[in-house]
Amino acid sequence: MRRISLALLIALLLPTLAAGASKDTKLTLVAYSTPKDAYGQLISGFQKTQAGNGVSFSQSYGASGEQSRAVASGLDADIVAFSLEPDITSLVQKNLVAKNWNKDKYKGMVTRSVVVFIVRDGNPKKLKTWNDLLKPGVQVITPNPFTSGGARWNVMAAYGGALRAGKTPKQAIDYLSKLWKHVVAQPASAREGLTAFLNGRGDAFLAYENEAIFAQKKGQSVQFVIPKATILIENPIAVTSTSKHKTEATSFLKYLRTAAAQKIFAQNGYRPVVTAAAHGFNFPSRPQLFTIKYVGGWSKVEKQFFDPRSGVMAKIQGSSGG
Amino acid sequence: MAANAGALPAAPEARRSLAPRLAVGLSTLYLSVIVLLPLAALSWKAHGWQAVTNPEAVAALKLSLGISLVVALVNAFAGTAIAWTLVRDRFVGQGLVNALVDLPFALPTIVAGLTLLILFGPKSPVNVDVSLTRWGLLLALLFVTLPFVVRTVQPVLFELDREMEEAAASLGAGRVATFLRIILPSILPAILSGVALAFARAIGEFGAVVLISGNRPFKTEVASLYIFGRIESGDSGGAAAASVVILGISFGVLIAIGALRRWVTRHDR
Amino acid sequence: MIGKYALRFASLGYLAVLLVAPIGYVFWKTFEHGIAPAWHAVSTPDAVHALKVTLILTAIAVPANTVFGVLSAIAIVRHRFRGAGIFNAVVDLPLALSPVVVGLALLLLYGRGGWLGGHGVAFALPGMALATIFVSLPFVVREVVPVLREIGTEQEQAAATLGASWLQTFRRVTWPAIRWATAYGVVLTTARALGEFGAVSVISGRLSGQTESMTLYVQDRYNQYDDVGTYASSALLALLAVFTLILMTRLKPKEETQ
Repeated sequence: MRRISLALLIALLLPTLAAGASKDTKLTLVAYSTPKDAYGQLISGFQKTQAGNGVSFSQSYGASGEQSRAVASGLDADIVAFSLEPDITSLVQKNLVAKNWNKDKYKGMVTRSVVVFIVRDGNPKKLKTWNDLLKPGVQVITPNPFTSGGARWNVMAAYGGALRAGKTPKQAIDYLSKLWKHVVAQPASAREGLTAFLNGRGDAFLAYENEAIFAQKKGQSVQFVIPKATILIENPIAVTSTSKHKTEATSFLKYLRTAAAQKIFAQNGYRPVVTAAAHGFNFPSRPQLFTIKYVGGWSKVEKQFFDPRSGVMAKIQGSSGG
Repeated sequence: MAANAGALPAAPEARRSLAPRLAVGLSTLYLSVIVLLPLAALSWKAHGWQAVTNPEAVAALKLSLGISLVVALVNAFAGTAIAWTLVRDRFVGQGLVNALVDLPFALPTIVAGLTLLILFGPKSPVNVDVSLTRWGLLLALLFVTLPFVVRTVQPVLFELDREMEEAAASLGAGRVATFLRIILPSILPAILSGVALAFARAIGEFGAVVLISGNRPFKTEVASLYIFGRIESGDSGGAAAASVVILGISFGVLIAIGALRRWVTRHDR
Repeated sequence: MIGKYALRFASLGYLAVLLVAPIGYVFWKTFEHGIAPAWHAVSTPDAVHALKVTLILTAIAVPANTVFGVLSAIAIVRHRFRGAGIFNAVVDLPLALSPVVVGLALLLLYGRGGWLGGHGVAFALPGMALATIFVSLPFVVREVVPVLREIGTEQEQAAATLGASWLQTFRRVTWPAIRWATAYGVVLTTARALGEFGAVSVISGRLSGQTESMTLYVQDRYNQYDDVGTYASSALLALLAVFTLILMTRLKPKEETQ
């Protein structure tokens, strides 16, 4: 009798012992929509490593700004990956992400890209530089920078491009004004912008290289040119301060910066932050590439250009009609 | 409503006065929890009225209001005509057409927008390009509001007592006169109900209109897109303020339509 | 005589342009590459789960709004209470709000720091259900109110003088008269609940396989450049709406045909 009850006891305890031994962790990843395919592959890759063994993932993908607001309003997340830094900064201000999230050697970034012009087959209007967009009759499409946070990269690329061409800041703002007179449509998101362009509207669509490559991979007939002067897009990632699995989440972030993971990003159209991983991929360097710092950094730029009341773009939009 | 209290025996009367109070009470509670509470939370956060008074906002609000009234008007006529065709007429495929009428609701707005852009945009197979114009906006709004007037008029048309029409016909009244004097007064309340719905939906519409209208400030940017822009730019107080304004104006229009409906039915009871 | 055909031609023409063409296009794109890819697109685990979520949300919103709708319609038309006019207008308000704002209002109420925040409503099915109920609220009310006005109170009064209780009056007199209007209201409510996107997207959190409804799934397919997936899932939603209508018209009693 005693042997049976002992055996029973062990049989009952065994599962709990085993559970203690395995890592029953579930990480929630809240990200913007473009890297969904990439993260699918990356999560599998991570789970094959020792650090990722037994770690499962809950994933949420949507527009960067909306995802950021969701987390700010209480959506539980362990890892947040957005398309531009301000979407993480707003979480820092709400104490949901630690203030030192970007104090590592990658400055908190996990992927890069550049702003490009998507053009018609054969580029009939020969649009190669920012000045070309001002040629008479050229119609430009860009997502609305007020409804698409990511579209702010486009505006800063245009502004910085003008600075690189030797203009003063005032003249560069004047350039933006002129450019906006050529903008015929401002869809709410980048994805919708591409739809509008592919359906025959406009001569140039301001987009990001990784989205253009991704669209090509998915069978859309997309052709793009990268202007000499363009902005380096950097996409941030962070572990939340409310995460209950900070160790595993940080291991995941560490994994994302390994050469193997960065190669997966590169296959999905992103420029890696680990430069070695770019080997073998066609990511042409641009002679007049600049970063957001060149045009003032995000906090200055958000206030100066995108404040809904007093920002440069608010004034430009505000005077474009009537 | 004719007075009836004096004629009834006591017991059913007592039972009857509890049930209506319960009905009113329960409905009001439901409405308050589901609708009023979130709206109160919204109004609480509304501040920054600059979001409402700047030129771009005013243009968007004016556009939304104006085009929604046009949409409501077009639907009043088109919806009634379609309801008539579906109830009083007989033709092959009528059942199928009837089944399709609700589909503009069931289609996600992104697909509605996508489809309209492809059919009536630059690559239109019938060479009709209304993209980037207010006509495109109108088209998209007519699509999403299609079922309203049709579906509110249909049941009433169906219930209509034909005796009066037949009497009028036998007295020599023409079809137009019969329609105007006998049928229209009976279905006008239903038309107005549907019109209220169509107006409300058109003013709040977001997804279906963006692609075909191009969302151009001052030209085709509707209020809901402008408000979304405010939210995305971190000015949710201003967004709430603009929403409250639009809500207030819509509320006014809906009350006016309700009053119109009461005036129209005043003579009947 | 010409009038009849002119009207038919005008109505059908309007419908052909505004309804048949877009719906036809959706179905054409769905089956453009054959039935197999379309079927495959709607049978992935994420798609199946999204369908479940949508059906659950609809199964909650439709009965709730139907009961509310019939009760309110009777309250508004038969029991003229003070404030009925305002009540009537508030009922339509959910439609006047853009869906993004509806989601925002719900977040402000049930999200972190909101008056009713932190109880597992936001970013979970309860919040999505509340959003769906909110946007599909008016339809049954709006369908039933005109019919209630049209049929008048004579029969109901007659029943009362004959000693019928309110329940008996409702079942024998009122309900048969509003049955078809209610059915149409249910169809509209169902279609609206199926197609709801904006408000639900803000409050859902979009967790794949957990809080992703069918319309969110459609947007996901669109964002991932999956054309067949986008159109096939939309076609599925359209079919569900048509199915609801057929179901409702089957419930219409045969003796009511003229």
